Amino acid sequence: MSKRKFKVEAESDEAFQELFQPEYRGKKLTDEINTADDKWNLLPAFLKVKGLVKQHLDSFNYFVDVDLKKIIGANELVLSDVDPEFYLKYLDIRVGHKSSSTPGTKEVILPPHECRLRDLTYSAPIYVDVEYTRGRKIIMHKDLEIGRMPIMLRSNKCILDGITEKQMAKFDECPLDPGGYFVVNGTEKVILVQEQLSKNRIIVEADEKKNIVQASVTSSTHERKSKTYVITKNDKIYLKHNSIGEDIPIVIVLKAAGITSDLEILQLVCGSDPHYQDLFVVNFEEAAKLEVFTQQQALNYVGKRVKTIRRAGAPKLSQLQEGIEAIATTIIAHITVSDLQFREKALYIATMARRVVMTMYNPKMVDDRDYVGNKRLELAGQLMSLLFEDLFKKFNSDFKANIDKILKKPSRTSEFDALLSINIHSNNITMGLNRAISTGNWSLKRFKMERAGVTHVLSRLSYISALGMMTRISSQFEKSRKVSGPRALQPSQFGMLCTSDTPEGEACGLVKNLALMTHITTDDEEAPIKKLCYVLGCENILGIDSATLHSFGNYGIYLNGTLIGTNRFPSKFVSDFRKLRRTGKISEFVSIYTNSHQNAVHIATDGGRICRPLILVENNRPKITADHLRKLLDGEWAFDDFLIHGLVEYLDVNEENDSLIALYESDMDNAESLFTHLEIEPFTVLGAVAGLIPYPHHNQSPRNTYQCAMGKQAIGAIAYNQFRRIDTLLYFMVYPQQPMVKTKTIELIDYDKLPAGQNATVAVMSYSGYDIEDALVLNKASIDRGFGRCQVVRKNTIQLKRYPNHTKDVVSGMRVDEDGKAIFPHQALGPDGLGEIGARVENGQVYVNKCVPTNAGESVLGHNEQSPSAESHRETPAYYKGPEPSYVDQVMMSVSDNDQALIKVLLRQTRRPELGDKFSSRHGQKGVCGIIVQQEDLPFNDNGISPDIIMNPHGFPSRMTVGKMIELISGKAGVLNGSLEYGTCFGGSKLEDMSKILVEKGFSYSGKDMLYSGITGECLQAYIFFGPIYYQKLKHMVLDKMHARARGPRAVLTRQPTEGRSRDGGLRLGEMERDCVIAYGASQLLLERLMISSDAFEVDICNKCGLMGYNSWCTTCKSSENIIRMTIPYAAKLLFQELLSMNIAPRLKLGDIF
Amino acid sequence: MSDNIVGIEYNRVTNTSSTDFPGHSANGDFSWDIEKFKDSFDIQISYITERTANFDLVNIDTSIANAFRRVMIAEVPSVAAEAVYMFMNTSVIQDEVLAHRIGLIPLKVDPDLLNWVDKTLDENERYTEENTVVLSLDVVCTKNSHAPKNSTNPKELYKNAHIYAKDLKFEPQGGQAERFKIKPVAADPDILLAKLRPGQEISLRAHCILGIGSDHAKFSPVATASYRLMPVINITEPIRGDSAKRFQKCFPSGVIGINKNGEAYVKDARKDTVSREVLRHEEFNGKVKLGRKRDHFIFNVESTGAMSPEEIFFKSVRVLKNKAQYLRNCPIGQ
Repeated sequence: MSKRKFKVEAESDEAFQELFQPEYRGKKLTDEINTADDKWNLLPAFLKVKGLVKQHLDSFNYFVDVDLKKIIGANELVLSDVDPEFYLKYLDIRVGHKSSSTPGTKEVILPPHECRLRDLTYSAPIYVDVEYTRGRKIIMHKDLEIGRMPIMLRSNKCILDGITEKQMAKFDECPLDPGGYFVVNGTEKVILVQEQLSKNRIIVEADEKKNIVQASVTSSTHERKSKTYVITKNDKIYLKHNSIGEDIPIVIVLKAAGITSDLEILQLVCGSDPHYQDLFVVNFEEAAKLEVFTQQQALNYVGKRVKTIRRAGAPKLSQLQEGIEAIATTIIAHITVSDLQFREKALYIATMARRVVMTMYNPKMVDDRDYVGNKRLELAGQLMSLLFEDLFKKFNSDFKANIDKILKKPSRTSEFDALLSINIHSNNITMGLNRAISTGNWSLKRFKMERAGVTHVLSRLSYISALGMMTRISSQFEKSRKVSGPRALQPSQFGMLCTSDTPEGEACGLVKNLALMTHITTDDEEAPIKKLCYVLGCENILGIDSATLHSFGNYGIYLNGTLIGTNRFPSKFVSDFRKLRRTGKISEFVSIYTNSHQNAVHIATDGGRICRPLILVENNRPKITADHLRKLLDGEWAFDDFLIHGLVEYLDVNEENDSLIALYESDMDNAESLFTHLEIEPFTVLGAVAGLIPYPHHNQSPRNTYQCAMGKQAIGAIAYNQFRRIDTLLYFMVYPQQPMVKTKTIELIDYDKLPAGQNATVAVMSYSGYDIEDALVLNKASIDRGFGRCQVVRKNTIQLKRYPNHTKDVVSGMRVDEDGKAIFPHQALGPDGLGEIGARVENGQVYVNKCVPTNAGESVLGHNEQSPSAESHRETPAYYKGPEPSYVDQVMMSVSDNDQALIKVLLRQTRRPELGDKFSSRHGQKGVCGIIVQQEDLPFNDNGISPDIIMNPHGFPSRMTVGKMIELISGKAGVLNGSLEYGTCFGGSKLEDMSKILVEKGFSYSGKDMLYSGITGECLQAYIFFGPIYYQKLKHMVLDKMHARARGPRAVLTRQPTEGRSRDGGLRLGEMERDCVIAYGASQLLLERLMISSDAFEVDICNKCGLMGYNSWCTTCKSSENIIRMTIPYAAKLLFQELLSMNIAPRLKLGDIF
Repeated sequence: MSDNIVGIEYNRVTNTSSTDFPGHSANGDFSWDIEKFKDSFDIQISYITERTANFDLVNIDTSIANAFRRVMIAEVPSVAAEAVYMFMNTSVIQDEVLAHRIGLIPLKVDPDLLNWVDKTLDENERYTEENTVVLSLDVVCTKNSHAPKNSTNPKELYKNAHIYAKDLKFEPQGGQAERFKIKPVAADPDILLAKLRPGQEISLRAHCILGIGSDHAKFSPVATASYRLMPVINITEPIRGDSAKRFQKCFPSGVIGINKNGEAYVKDARKDTVSREVLRHEEFNGKVKLGRKRDHFIFNVESTGAMSPEEIFFKSVRVLKNKAQYLRNCPIGQ
């Protein structure tokens, strides 16, 4: 206990400490504690231990601490083909600290922020301990560096782990930044959570139209991945596998696996159920027809059909051996066979067959692919471990090839030291890891896997967008397929995946987000659990005779999908097991549940399951009492204490299905059924991003989804270190405000500390007609005073290169005119040739005056006699381009990885809202600014308040965003009362109370005020809904989009105007516009638009041969007799010439029309 | 109800506008007569403080009252910083943002002492001692060696950690030292401009000129200037006993009194905020009529501190008068 308490203090995180203060948010210690209301305090406690991105951190920690050791354990020996005496053995592996260093040392290259700025990779060395032979001696070598591992920020190998806010500030790091990403070559990269179908589990599917039932299992081991099917064909059952040429009758497979007795097969598959037996017997006939009766015959049968890909040099195997090999290693590869003991595997195949038979008899027995319990989430750690193992194997094989080469040499002068050749390849692992993370291409040789787009650049548009990215889950499912199933909202997502946060359009429903209080498990040891099962009364499967296996009342016990035994008292078994888990004897993330349809008890210890904590209930009373909560509030207990004391436990989706969970404590009063669990807080069904919405339970659900997309585009504060960052593009709001109407989620994710928006006083009324189609009317005085003001900072990188001939790029100073003043393009420069901080840079001005040596391309040897001082340079300055001037914010000079000078210039613009800028409330109601109105023209109320924004009331009826109206009323009450109100989902400040405050303060209960017109001065005839609503300014601004062109650049090939704003392109008169012009009959306009103003070209055409000549000369006819000069589009001329080049001669026949 | 009363109903406002001609209604003689206007027009001043004035204009047309309000917000000139020349700014706050903040500081400068700036002139010649007040801000933050031990308060730890509006210093140009008897300073000294840490420095000159609120809100001399109409509460049927107490509760305190018979009466309608709470209750249905006097304006002028509120109002009258005179002098058709 005391140790734990110390840990809590050591991890002291100022932001969270507040949550444990004696007086927290108006609640004193002496106040009465009500379990129903105060149990939500478990949520901040949970987030304190787990954090918002704990899934990534846990996964990475597991990888570096546990998985790495397993990987080197599996690949521990490197032997030589030449010298049988030689061996090298890996003993241990560590990341970030040497064996000699004191515990807690974290060795990283540089602090993460410096890596970001200098385009480096935030990484730590990987040390191994090896033992190898040198001559006769065995030598131990410790702390051999084999490469550098990119380190996930805030993981336990990161220097930011467990330090205080003050220390964070020293590292220029934001304490609110969640971490969980990598910094590779200066960019922040996230490995998104990948959703997959669970591995090593049987999934039964049926196609009722084609009358096919199939049970499939994807076996995944460190070595290989393969998929095995048990499938029906014409009501007969076969086993199908990719490496076996044809489908093999199930009976033959079972015989090959050592179950030769037909009776035993029948008992294993069908038990004593006559219906199943009737369905299965045909399979025996099949085997008999093929004359396979013994195991040897069966193995021969299988071996004959195996597709063998043998490495060159490997001995050829007989059919029987091939069969044994196939059964032992290829089919259902995740079950290992040792000493030819096929029994377990046979039982597994029998189980699959049984599931197929069951489904044939009752088609409802199929599994649901979309059920969250059948999914596993793959996290950064797992992906990194796959990659690392691949690279490590490559490293070892390279190493082996290298030592073989040396050992082959007959005579050596000195004794061979293997370590000398190990270091040569040390770059491979580092580069491999870096490249994979920075490009996102995961190519694994072992599995022949090529996956692109695994990593993404962390979006730093706002704090919320970064946070939203860390909780995002992407599906492996193809986006193009038109199946609704995977996209639909699954009931089993409740509490695990956010119900609102998914993008619109093609990725809708495929990209999901984690809910607020979820945890993703990491792998747990299987063996101790297996032992425990036997202790708890599970009979070992190897000791059970086939007759009793499926007898009535006998439940199979499955550990990670594999049958390990049976038990006759499943409910006692399950409750005993759970009791042990609740007392902390086994990991809290091991799940156990009964499936009565399959007569099975499933135990899962594998990683990637989503789970969430729930309060335990006994006799319809929660086990958590006021006393426990008081301990939590006192800081005496942390969240883990609740787990240890068996008050709270984690349930995964499957086990959740086996429980009865009460939403509220009151639901359990006088309830007939016995509840097993109680929700901690209902609003945790939403994720971090959807949690920003006030009163979401009053909104139409698509509106909440829209807000989830828009909340990520809102401009606001990004991080505490935002002014130290040099990112490609950043947006800051000048005066961000925390919302008047908060939610508990907002406080938990610290959105109130890094907000993105402002509380605008909104009048819901029609004004001026410039507010149709969701346009907003803005108050000019509000804008003058700073409403919606934002800054845009853009990075410009310049590298000064060195060339092979010892010349290099330089920055030269500004040039001056005769008066000694800088010439116009150099006005922003200082004498050093770099933009001066604070200088204004206008279109066409230079911010870095880089010069390239004129002889950069020349060879090193050519002009050696030339002295280096005579080097001449040519100016290749970086020009600023843009409609509005910028200011130089920061200039950074550094040296990147490859010793080249790196200059980063940060240019800043401060923008006030203008016509066409996009704004949005927190209810999916976006709109652009339609008009900016003088303050005196705007309506005002009795107090002289005029609105910041006028919103058209037509926005409400069809959108049904009632939450926005309640936000206004709560916000207004909060303003009058001097308090921040809550709009938490399924809770929050009550409308009735808010109306009461309004009336007390002399306003109408409805939030509607009497307004005076600012123009006439008279009262408006309707009462106007008037009050504060939190508005976000979105990143889409007119300044970045406005574009027009009269003349400008043309494409080289076609001589037509270029395309796109970035190339100053033309505005296309497209096909449909052309149709209109034709229909109208304006043929001259058409000619002008499509040719004269575009790519008119004068050609000489020979009217005799119809081909093009030049200079009034037809080269084909060798005459100038019939040449006619005419204007055609250059693109047409190009087409003719391209056709000519393909041996097609387009000939023009010309004639006069008039 | 008389026709110069705006009707306040449960979900609408009736009788809001006057008729086509200002000061006219359907019956009676409303021909313009300055003597009659002088007779009927009334100004009652509730209170005037340094920053706010509250006064009633009675028997005046809406258009005129509204014109005063609009002119006070947008057209009464005042002085604010327009051009800020940064010499040094190593603080965390960006130049533009700092300049914006300085611009918004209300300055205590008599606008009559300055001329208008000719915006057509070149920037170098634009500002003269006749039309510009120069304020300077030169601060360097240093460590305070006498700071109390274990202090975490930046104000104690450092000198010049917080920069306020009062740190802006007037720099007299030419004869300005004599002309400005009262030194131009910020009206509110404690407006926070920036926070500094040791080694950071701000040095700038701000050129403050005359401007009007419609150009930029910083030139508006008022925080707000607005009016409300005089509330009218008409109890049509007597309300007695407990009902009277509930009736009283529907209004802000002091609006409704209860006499010794236990009957509710209107004590001071002026205090009513017209929350319309009374219309919500079935109980008082038909017993009370709410309204507002259309020609009784309760003005509230809050000065930003540059001028006294009465001065602002007088100036607004002068601006309006000048406009009228300009119109009158315009030849017809021009």
